[in-house]
Amino acid sequence: MSLRVRVFTLLAVVVVLATAAVLYIRTAAASRTPAVGATAPVTLDAAPVLLTVTDRHLATVSMMDPAGPRTVSAVECVRAYAAGGTGVCLRQATPWAYQLQVLDRTLTTVRSVDIPGLPNRARVSASGRMVAWTTFVGGDSYNSGGFSTRTGILDTRTGTLVPSLEEFTVPARAADRNFWGVTFAADDNTFYATMSSGGQRYLMAGDVAARTLRPVTTNVECPSLSPDGSRIAFKRAIEGDPTKGWRLSVLDLATLAVTPLAETASVDDQPAWLDDRTVAYTLRQADGRPDVWSVPAGGGGAPRLLVPGAESPAALGVPGGANG
Amino acid sequence: MYLSTIDRTAGPRARGRAFVAGNVVALGTVSLVTDVSAEMVTAVLPLYLVLGLNLSPLAYGVVDGVYTGATAVLRIVGGYVADRIRARKALAGLGYALSAVAKLGLLAAGRSLTGIGFVVAVDRMGKGLRTAPRDALITLSTPPSALGRAFGVHRTMDAVGAFLGPLVALAVLAGSGQSYDAVFVTSFCVAVLGVAVLVLFVRERAVVAPVAAPRPGLRDAAALLRVAGLRRLLLAATLLGVATIGDGFVYLMLQRRTELGLVWFPLLAVGTSLGYLLLAAPLGVLADRIGRRPVLLAGYAALALTYLLLAAPVGGWALLVAALGAYGLFYAATDGVLMALAGPVLPDTLRATGLALVQTGQALAYLVSSVLFGLAWAAWGPTAAVLAAALVAVVAGGVTAGLLFHKGQAA
Repeated sequence: MSLRVRVFTLLAVVVVLATAAVLYIRTAAASRTPAVGATAPVTLDAAPVLLTVTDRHLATVSMMDPAGPRTVSAVECVRAYAAGGTGVCLRQATPWAYQLQVLDRTLTTVRSVDIPGLPNRARVSASGRMVAWTTFVGGDSYNSGGFSTRTGILDTRTGTLVPSLEEFTVPARAADRNFWGVTFAADDNTFYATMSSGGQRYLMAGDVAARTLRPVTTNVECPSLSPDGSRIAFKRAIEGDPTKGWRLSVLDLATLAVTPLAETASVDDQPAWLDDRTVAYTLRQADGRPDVWSVPAGGGGAPRLLVPGAESPAALGVPGGANG
Repeated sequence: MYLSTIDRTAGPRARGRAFVAGNVVALGTVSLVTDVSAEMVTAVLPLYLVLGLNLSPLAYGVVDGVYTGATAVLRIVGGYVADRIRARKALAGLGYALSAVAKLGLLAAGRSLTGIGFVVAVDRMGKGLRTAPRDALITLSTPPSALGRAFGVHRTMDAVGAFLGPLVALAVLAGSGQSYDAVFVTSFCVAVLGVAVLVLFVRERAVVAPVAAPRPGLRDAAALLRVAGLRRLLLAATLLGVATIGDGFVYLMLQRRTELGLVWFPLLAVGTSLGYLLLAAPLGVLADRIGRRPVLLAGYAALALTYLLLAAPVGGWALLVAALGAYGLFYAATDGVLMALAGPVLPDTLRATGLALVQTGQALAYLVSSVLFGLAWAAWGPTAAVLAAALVAVVAGGVTAGLLFHKGQAA
């Protein structure tokens, strides 16, 4: 082939490939479901309603009829939680960057924090004062590639921001420690979180004022404190090996006894308490569609499909306003 | 002594020659286009797996392990097969094509982690297969005196592609309403373009004139290890691997030292590649002028300097710029230069096999050293660990100097 023939061949290839790519991109853009048009006022007031994320929008459903009609707001979140009249929304700011927004009762943003990496967990303390979040961060892992996590805490009353729990004092000084999944106690100072270090995952009890963390037990991930403060719902790695999946379980803080719940599917979510007897969590179908399920916290009974096509459950009417 | 003379064989053939051979520019273009395609996917894969498919980070780690681990040994296989069937272009083409198909495979795999792992393995297989034959083609189309700049130009074009990839992915995401599928399809189209450039513009000249010359067998490949010059280079490459602790650690320390906002963390890698991109070609030219070995050793010095800066009592922007600059300099002074050193030591018939040996030696040593550094970090704390790494870099540089300036028996 002469140079001329080769150049023209290449140009033809470029035209064909560019056309194919542009057509695909335009088709993809056209097929995206438009943002929810009809919106209604969603509030974070204490009421027997469940807050969820539905098609990336904050929405509420009645606890009396969770599968029934839902009120969808215009606020877009990847992950959300609310308690005590304070909401937290992890949303996409640009294709590469995410933002944490603290919302008031009317879903108005009162504070924004730029967060690194991909949103994963979000929590608010029962009083609405303390906010916590976890993101996955790529690039700084300790074995080239893979993820590590960053967990931050914000005191909405004083404005104090802890960008990473790695700043807190921990008895062991392992370099590879990672934190995720915060849950707050009623005093707005004590909290629980998961720390992983050296391949082991610990339940840590934290003290915001003292900036310390101490280990409580092992193999507890994504803890969620019950409204009465006595138990922790969490995901437990099967046989201590997360590659085998997780079993939704409840830990009694007084005895450290662990009760596996009736849900046998692998749950990769931070559970949320609906009341002192029931735990809600997100399960995904084969195509990735999320559903919110609930299961009795005592270990018996059976899982129940609560809200189809939703994720990030938060009960706004939990007695005493406790957080999950 | 072969090695000590190669740096100075600025042959008369070099007169009136283009800056680099057309074939090198063609291979560089293939790499540029292919890297745009590859980095598009690398940039969105974490987002896709975690937010698109809602896989846990652990699952992502498993996939990523396949991603990085699968290439090292395959390189030797690819190099040897390319030499054996004397079709380096065809094998490189197969490697590029495999990676292109893998981009569509991501669509087909759907949410299956096994499927995604398989597709990623195919993609890495393609990269493993193509690297050594491609580098062999570069050395075979360049006179030994100009190898430094040939690799410098090639690596610069490669880095430009890696730089553009995430930007193209960003544009596709924006244009398609955040469709990951559209990124994969576009990445596939770009990868096919790379294959087309290879097929149309890269030429493989017959390197062995007599057709009757026996094809290299496994015994010949094993005999490569008896070539003293190669053995020393293999050892040097392994030492280079031992001296590197991994980008992740460097950036993590830098971020902590400079108290850089966590949001800006990804920009550290961008800073390094910018330095690499700007320095690769000039250092390649310099290597041809003053010798490749001094430039390679300067790379060790830059590496040791990077580690020392990470432990130095300075901070702020000055530290950031100095450390990233030194780190980019390290890459630019070692990556292509090592290949330029290796090329002339190897017989034409086993060029790809030999280059693959050197690359694999470096890669495997690096895997071990990054694990060891992680342990040192946990045991002694970051500052002591990074000072130890600086010491290792200095010792490795010293031993490499001894190896490469060795005046012993002829190779």
